[in-house]
Amino acid sequence: MNFLDSIWMIPLFPAAGAILMLLFGKKLPKAAVSVICPGTVLVSFLMSLGAVLQLARLSEHSYEKILYTWLPGGPFHLTNGQMGHLQADWGFLLDPLSSVMILVVTGVGFLIHVYSVGYMGHEAGYHRFFGYLNLFIFFMLTLVLANNYLLLFVGWEGVGLCSYLLIGFYFLRDSATKAGIKAFIVNRIGDAGFVLGVLLMLATFGSLRFTSVFGEVNRQVETGLLTSGDATVALMTLLLFIGATGKSAQIPLYVWLPDAMEGPTPVSALIHAATMVTAGVYMVARSNVLFSLSPQTMAMVAGVGALTAIFAATIGLAQYDIKRVLAYSTVSQLGYMFLACGVGAYGAGIFHLMTHAFFKALLFLGSGSVIHALSGEQDMRKMGALRHKIPVTFWTFFIASLAIIGAPPFAGFFSKDEILWKAFSAETHAGLLLWVVGFVTAGLTALYIWRLVFLTFFGQSRVDHEVEHHIHESPKTMTIPLMTLAVLSIVGGWVGWPRILGGSNRLETWLEPVFEHSSKLLAHEAEHGAAAQEYLFMFLSVAVGAFGVFIAWYFFIRRPEAADRIVQTVPGVQRLLYNKYYVDEVYNAVFVDGFAKGGGTALGRFDARIVDGGVNGSAWLTLLTSRLSIWWDTWVIDGAVRLSSFTVKVLSYPVRLLQTGLVQVYALFIVFGVLIFFSYYLIR
Amino acid sequence: MNVLPGFFFYLLSAIILGGAILTITRRNAVHSAIWLIVTLLGVAGIYLNQHAEFLAAVQVLVYIGGIMVLFLFVIMLVNLDEAAKQRQFNHQWTIAVGCALALMAELAYFIVKGRESFRFGDTGTGTLNPDAAVIEFLKSCRDIPGLGPGGFLQPNTELIACALYRDYLLPFEIASVLLLVAIVGAVVMAKKEI
Amino acid sequence: MPEVTTAHYIFLSTALFTIGTIGVLTRRNVVIILMSIELILNAVNINLVAFSKQLLSINGQAFAVFIIVDAAAEAAVGLGIIIALFRNKETINADEIDLMKW
Repeated sequence: MNFLDSIWMIPLFPAAGAILMLLFGKKLPKAAVSVICPGTVLVSFLMSLGAVLQLARLSEHSYEKILYTWLPGGPFHLTNGQMGHLQADWGFLLDPLSSVMILVVTGVGFLIHVYSVGYMGHEAGYHRFFGYLNLFIFFMLTLVLANNYLLLFVGWEGVGLCSYLLIGFYFLRDSATKAGIKAFIVNRIGDAGFVLGVLLMLATFGSLRFTSVFGEVNRQVETGLLTSGDATVALMTLLLFIGATGKSAQIPLYVWLPDAMEGPTPVSALIHAATMVTAGVYMVARSNVLFSLSPQTMAMVAGVGALTAIFAATIGLAQYDIKRVLAYSTVSQLGYMFLACGVGAYGAGIFHLMTHAFFKALLFLGSGSVIHALSGEQDMRKMGALRHKIPVTFWTFFIASLAIIGAPPFAGFFSKDEILWKAFSAETHAGLLLWVVGFVTAGLTALYIWRLVFLTFFGQSRVDHEVEHHIHESPKTMTIPLMTLAVLSIVGGWVGWPRILGGSNRLETWLEPVFEHSSKLLAHEAEHGAAAQEYLFMFLSVAVGAFGVFIAWYFFIRRPEAADRIVQTVPGVQRLLYNKYYVDEVYNAVFVDGFAKGGGTALGRFDARIVDGGVNGSAWLTLLTSRLSIWWDTWVIDGAVRLSSFTVKVLSYPVRLLQTGLVQVYALFIVFGVLIFFSYYLIR
Repeated sequence: MNVLPGFFFYLLSAIILGGAILTITRRNAVHSAIWLIVTLLGVAGIYLNQHAEFLAAVQVLVYIGGIMVLFLFVIMLVNLDEAAKQRQFNHQWTIAVGCALALMAELAYFIVKGRESFRFGDTGTGTLNPDAAVIEFLKSCRDIPGLGPGGFLQPNTELIACALYRDYLLPFEIASVLLLVAIVGAVVMAKKEI
Repeated sequence: MPEVTTAHYIFLSTALFTIGTIGVLTRRNVVIILMSIELILNAVNINLVAFSKQLLSINGQAFAVFIIVDAAAEAAVGLGIIIALFRNKETINADEIDLMKW
């Protein structure tokens, strides 16, 4: 079977599953739902696998399949005066970048579907949940397989919709619906930027198809029309990056992601850790040719990524909700990815995206397993000493925690190390500063993750009594995905084994054709020569991870009271972190109360004075003219009518008297008439 | 000079006018009907006086034997006792009588003024000059002997038959339709529920 | 006694017509109004026969026959109307029937 030619079918299977679930799910038995929904994703995964294997055998490593043109627009003038044609295809592009993405999306997606069968087994709206989940997979695959920005935007909005639906899955809970609305609105802000960027791109390059746009950019660069630092490209990439900050939860639009934990845990794992939130990173990597042309935006991307990474990591230190810690961890790790993209290491960013998908999904699923075991308890202060009670969950969680802090040879080690090294070696920016931030964040990551591990699985049990004897290991459908992801968290990084450690860094080689043009533009490949330096950095990052783990162990196992003492000596810091730097409150005050409500009041006043004034004025004018017309009607028109009728009445009155209805009177008239008639002849 | 027709004329005129006046003044409708019969009989006599024997017979048979019986039936069907006790003349009777008498006076004046043209057998020239069309017609009726003595239209019945069934055949048939319509109309109106 | 001319018959007809007219115009009883109409028709007949005699034309008498037919038809319909009227209005007084006015 030619899988490459049927890549357009990959998103169709989840779509069919979604339609089936949302239309007829209520009538289907639970078992059928449990088979159909993961089954469709599995089929997609297998087809993706086949397609990627066939792609690898091609010499070009790129395959484009256009089904039809769904938006055939007319010609228009570009900003440079030439004619362009707006045309958006329902087309799919499979290249190394999207092949990594579809494998992650369908693979992790399938595991999470299987996990959900166990996790959501007792929930109401089972079919609805799986319908949304399948719909999400469809839109995500559309997003990553799209061959143009407009179709990418379709998927982009679609996953936003699914995110909204799934965050508000428990729609009876007020906080869940509010979190869903918050996510939706914050994403809209980013999407506005994205749309503007796409439109600017259309006006500048006259196309939205990736190959045409990037081909045009490369052509203009070669002919010298376009140089690095071009203002239009800078604005364009900045707008696109605003879209990415919304979708991928970066400063300043990260606030929706922690609240998104209101959704069911598999949703957090799939959408808000592994796949959807990485769409921004994917989009930046996809647009690498454009971003590399704009050092200003690159600096901004790197800066925002680094700032987000450390900012979110510090908040994660003080949270007690197990899922919130992981949510801030996700924000922090996404910051890493943007940091990589910002220094031009798109390959490293995608690498980290992949490994992060494995271990963060595993962390979320593990936390879900813990929550499941504790009958819904999410507060870490009410956990502890769970490692023997739920061993499978503990061990898989343990592996994931090692992976995220970058312990060799787990997956996180390779990707995080590569990012830090690329950050340092990127001489175009403040490389050292970025490295320091990343380095500190790595330590903080180790601290907060192992704080979580120690609080949850070690120490004294602080579990409520009635919950305690319900603690149980999760069913097979949940543990098997955990174990699979654990294996992936270990071996997943090996595809990017660095050359200095004797590997070949297959992933980077595989992704090479996508980023070759930007590599040419940035040109800092020579740095790889400093092998000794790279070994040092590798050691340092592992050491800082180990130091973080030690600190966590010291404060939460060895000397728990020391932590409290520190908190008591500097209470402000703890409160600041616990309340997430009061960012939500500031946003609320500035944007919601300030702009929205203040603007609303101003608009209300405008409405009341100007608009209503105009309306009332016109109403008053209408009233006046209608009064005049009433007067005219009453006295002139009606008067004329009444006068004529009155005249007729008066004149007809004597005639009316003649009409008595009596036959004899009429006969008398006849006789009288004849008499008069004869009299005429008589007197003639 | 035969005085007898003149005598009969005045006698019959007295009967007719007296009967007519009594007809329209009687309180009781049955009395009116009786006096009307007297009047109609007088008219029949007038016809005989003018040698119109067929019409006289028809007057007696149709009018007195048919129409007046109809009248009497209706008078019996309709309760007239109440009406008999009430006022018999309406409010306009003085004006009406005045107008009618004035009209009669005018007509009489006209007749007196033109009386010379009304002589029997003398149409102004003093000689009998029958209508040329009448003579032609009489000649066409071969079986009819011709004008009788005194210039009268004789034999009267045959002449009328000849006129009705020959010259006036279509009006005669239309008259029969008229009678049919009248019968149907009378039935429709007199019937309680159709 | 002067000769009886057509004018005499016309006088008689005029007098009879006038009496009939007075009856139609003044009586309240509808039956008697119908009788008065018969008087008027007889006045016409006298006229027709008189002229027939004078002009030696049989047409006048033929028309008199038609008028008798007409009188019969008129009497039939008129009396039918009287019966219908009496049934509905319980009266046969002509001046109490004024349905056909404004």
